[in-house]
Amino acid sequence: MGYDWHWRVFLEPAPGHERYLDWVFSGLKITLTLGLSAWLIALVLGAVLGVMRTLPNRALSTFAAAYVELFRNVPLIVQLFIWYFVGPELLPFGDALKKIDPVAQQYLAAMLCLGTYTAARICEQVRGGILSLPRGQRLAGQALGMTTVQTYRHVLLPMAARIIVPPLTSEFLNIFKNSAVASTVGLLDLAAQGRQLVDYTSRPYESFIAITVMYILVNAVVMLLMRVIESRAKVPGYIGA
Amino acid sequence: MSYHFDFSTVNVGNLGVLAQGLLVSAEITATAVVAGIVIGTMLAMLRLSSSRLLRTAARIYVALFRAVPLIMVLLWFFLIIPQLLQQLLHISPAHDMRMASALIAFSLFEAAYYSEIIRAGIQSVSTGQIDAARALGMGYIQAMRLVILPQALRNMTPLLLTQGIVLFQDTSLVYVSALTDFFGEAYGLGERDGRVVEMLLFAGAVYFLICFSFSLVVRRYQKVVVY
Repeated sequence: MGYDWHWRVFLEPAPGHERYLDWVFSGLKITLTLGLSAWLIALVLGAVLGVMRTLPNRALSTFAAAYVELFRNVPLIVQLFIWYFVGPELLPFGDALKKIDPVAQQYLAAMLCLGTYTAARICEQVRGGILSLPRGQRLAGQALGMTTVQTYRHVLLPMAARIIVPPLTSEFLNIFKNSAVASTVGLLDLAAQGRQLVDYTSRPYESFIAITVMYILVNAVVMLLMRVIESRAKVPGYIGA
Repeated sequence: MSYHFDFSTVNVGNLGVLAQGLLVSAEITATAVVAGIVIGTMLAMLRLSSSRLLRTAARIYVALFRAVPLIMVLLWFFLIIPQLLQQLLHISPAHDMRMASALIAFSLFEAAYYSEIIRAGIQSVSTGQIDAARALGMGYIQAMRLVILPQALRNMTPLLLTQGIVLFQDTSLVYVSALTDFFGEAYGLGERDGRVVEMLLFAGAVYFLICFSFSLVVRRYQKVVVY
């Protein structure tokens, strides 16, 4: 390998009072913020949809099932482009959207896209978690005179929430990896900063290695975090615990 | 909502271009599914091998590819593969190697995901089977090929097919390399004719129809095969 490494390039000044290293960190910040905010949307929406999937009400469960099929069978980048280019044209407040800061538009589209996309996957996990509970739990709730809402709130959901933590770990990891798609609409996340670094420094290997290491670090931190949560959430004596 | 739809961009002339794009998507998918399963099987066998070194090497490979976004992997390969092939095979730099890079990137990336499915498939076959094969005097390779893998394959076929759907959707990410697949053609035509909204919705609908009908077939098959 005759390649001449030049790692100090990250300490060199970049256009606009920064060093190239700052670009890496600003990309990291956007990737993390985007992933976390989309995760909140995905968790809330996914939990609601997952519960709907298991309700006796036919209309609600069909709606949730249709949502899952729709968001699972269209590629993520197509969904993102639809949020970004089609959303402002079709949404009622679209004209107001077009007037806000372009970066905010990119961020908003990416956050909604990742959130709704991941919600479809979380919905399936939540549904699986609720269905994995013994049927007697639901029946016991009803036998005690609980309404459907009470049965979910006091009996089914507290258990299901703990059971689905391990499968949620992989979705949480995915959301940060999937967030790299936001770079295609111009959001300056980690992946986009990587390409920009290549253009400005003409140091493709150093740039990509730095960015790849950042993704691996995010992955590792999320995994460690989830391992702690998993060990706290596991139900003693339960299968898989 | 003041937008006026005009789907006239989806016309016979453009459908030819779109079909060409779909062919690129299909070519990448088919190559990556076949190569991914072959390499994935080898990786899975390495991970289950008795040599610690081989196990670790395969585990690092899988962990690495699974920790990095596909977009980053594609960018890496579009950077490295053309240079590498030029040096090794003395191909002129003018030669377009985006397709070759995409095929290699997808195959190696998907192999990591396939290997996890295949490993689980192999482990789903009861250990008595391998003992029985060994008792009959078969070597490790023979036992794998004649006894374990045929059964494992049957157990994991639905998952392999589902991964194929995911892979087909993933191919749209070649957009980052300026290689035009179905999505790239649709978006390009939309931009040219000022009809991005219509073309994106059309592309989304086509992807949905393909993936959804294929997933119905897989579900059907799953019911037939899984006893």
